[in-house]
Amino acid sequence: MKKWKNKEIESKSKFKTLNIDGTCYKTNLTSKFENRKKYTVPDAKKVISIIPGTIVKVFVKKGQKVKRGDNILILEAMKMQNRIKSPRPGVIKSLKVKEGEKIAKGILMIELE
Amino acid sequence: MALKRKIRELQERREKVLKGGGDKAIEKQISMGKLTARERIIFLLDDDSFNEYDLFVEHEARDFDMDKKVLHGDGVVIGTGTIYGAPICIFAQDFTVAGGSLGLMHSRKITKIMDHALKMRMPLIGINDSGGARIQEGVNSLAGYGEIFFRNTLSSGVIPQISVILGPCAGGAVYSPALTDFVFVVDKISKMFITGPEVIKTVLGEEISMEDLGGAKVHSEITGNAHFYAESEVQCFEQIKELITYIPWNNSRKARAFKPNDPKKEYKIDNIVPDNPKQPYDVRNVIKAITDNSVFFEIQERWASNIIIGFGRMEGQTIGFVANQPLVLAGVLDVDSSDKAARFIRYCDAFNIPIVTFVDLPGYMPGADQEHAGVIRHGAKLLYAYSEATVPKLTVILRKAYGGGYIAMNSRHLRADFVFAWPGAEIAVMGPEGAANIIFRREIMGSDDPEKVRKQKVKEYKDKFANPYVAASKGYIDSVIEPQETRKILLHAIEVSQNKSSSGPKKKHGIPPF
Repeated sequence: MKKWKNKEIESKSKFKTLNIDGTCYKTNLTSKFENRKKYTVPDAKKVISIIPGTIVKVFVKKGQKVKRGDNILILEAMKMQNRIKSPRPGVIKSLKVKEGEKIAKGILMIELE
Repeated sequence: MALKRKIRELQERREKVLKGGGDKAIEKQISMGKLTARERIIFLLDDDSFNEYDLFVEHEARDFDMDKKVLHGDGVVIGTGTIYGAPICIFAQDFTVAGGSLGLMHSRKITKIMDHALKMRMPLIGINDSGGARIQEGVNSLAGYGEIFFRNTLSSGVIPQISVILGPCAGGAVYSPALTDFVFVVDKISKMFITGPEVIKTVLGEEISMEDLGGAKVHSEITGNAHFYAESEVQCFEQIKELITYIPWNNSRKARAFKPNDPKKEYKIDNIVPDNPKQPYDVRNVIKAITDNSVFFEIQERWASNIIIGFGRMEGQTIGFVANQPLVLAGVLDVDSSDKAARFIRYCDAFNIPIVTFVDLPGYMPGADQEHAGVIRHGAKLLYAYSEATVPKLTVILRKAYGGGYIAMNSRHLRADFVFAWPGAEIAVMGPEGAANIIFRREIMGSDDPEKVRKQKVKEYKDKFANPYVAASKGYIDSVIEPQETRKILLHAIEVSQNKSSSGPKKKHGIPPF
């Protein structure tokens, strides 16, 4: 009786598999779980916006050499002019934003070489 | 004669004020599919039980030509009434009057009824439908919100506080509902957010509709800010009334007892849980198999549904149920499910509701996203809530109870009063596959047929540890029971836990990980 019931569940449903500690469980997944972000190793050569705002000033040009801590741009956000500094010494490989542009959080602004 | 004239004057004054923002504004409210503030109260409360106060309150604002404006009742209705005979304090913001905006007198009316609810130890229901702070009244509006938040906090755990979002509730206003016990939302009507679509568009250039930003579905499925979701206002009021039957009037009372009833026969408790621990099933059927009339009143049904919380009755008494749900994400604990269950446990503890926990979980959800979202901190809330709770705490292990999950789900070690296990229960440090891979790694790797040896070792481990008897031999489980004995044994356990006394060390308050 019970076995028959289990087979019934198995055949009728579209359960997915979830591996916990080496055991694969049949279950439904949530959309939050399915849409979760895969972790990626942060790249120190990429300057990413950590707050949404407006680029009010860009201090550097493509190919320009910068030291660690040099001002590279101003990102105005929450009524504050945030000076974004170079995280490392290097050469500006590409500028992905221009003055006056509104950007979201997590946007690549500048790439170093 | 003079008195008659004065009575007529009163009637005329009342009539004028009861029209709120006037016919045009009322028409607009109806066209949005919403009821008016007083209609809502009348729908919710017992017939003829509503008494309104502060009908003639007027605002005192002078700036920006406000002195020329008459705002009836200052945009909010307050009063007392009953729901199924339970006394209730209620306020409802009136969107037809200046968009239900909150000014000084508006907030004073709300705080007056809040003070009354706390003083008289009776539940408070707040119906929110407001455009937000009344900008013309400046800092007075902010002061008003602050006074409300303070009272929400003061009343928390003393009287039940219920928030109903029936319109916009934006900016600082959202924090009053967030501080209350239960938040009700209605599809297409409720909107809650800190910053609205306009601001987001100006600042970020991102376009998002109010519905997608903070509609009823968002808060009942994604954020977990709402506890109950309804398709219509009337359905929402039915949910509130049902909730009121499960909870006590205040923290020094017990919830009302109802006439006892047996569970329905179609819920056959022996047939619900599959033998194979990898197979899913709906744990709500286990709850329904032991509650009166097989009724289970679920809370936060659509959010973090890998854990189930809600109320049911056994022999007429309200019980709070917490259960892992193998049907969703195999019933694992994660950030959201720990948060959801922990808050519910604290609610039950504050309001003298015994807690029954059903355990069937493989452990915690692995993944960088969970670790980075703070599963340590959030998971700790569950340990804290169970350890701290002093109401009767009963546990039934249905099937799997592995590792940290076993400890967290109201184990003996966190001071469960009684722990029972079904014969198919597996209490172990981890699942047999994972455990065998670690313990017998050398044997498996060194063998000519690793897969065969692995299978053999998994079986070996299973035979030895995948049962309730190792835990029972240590006294961590009080009794291994047959599924069909569950209701009877739980009822007995509750009966003998009635005079539970437990006092920890004296302290002002603990520091829970929130």
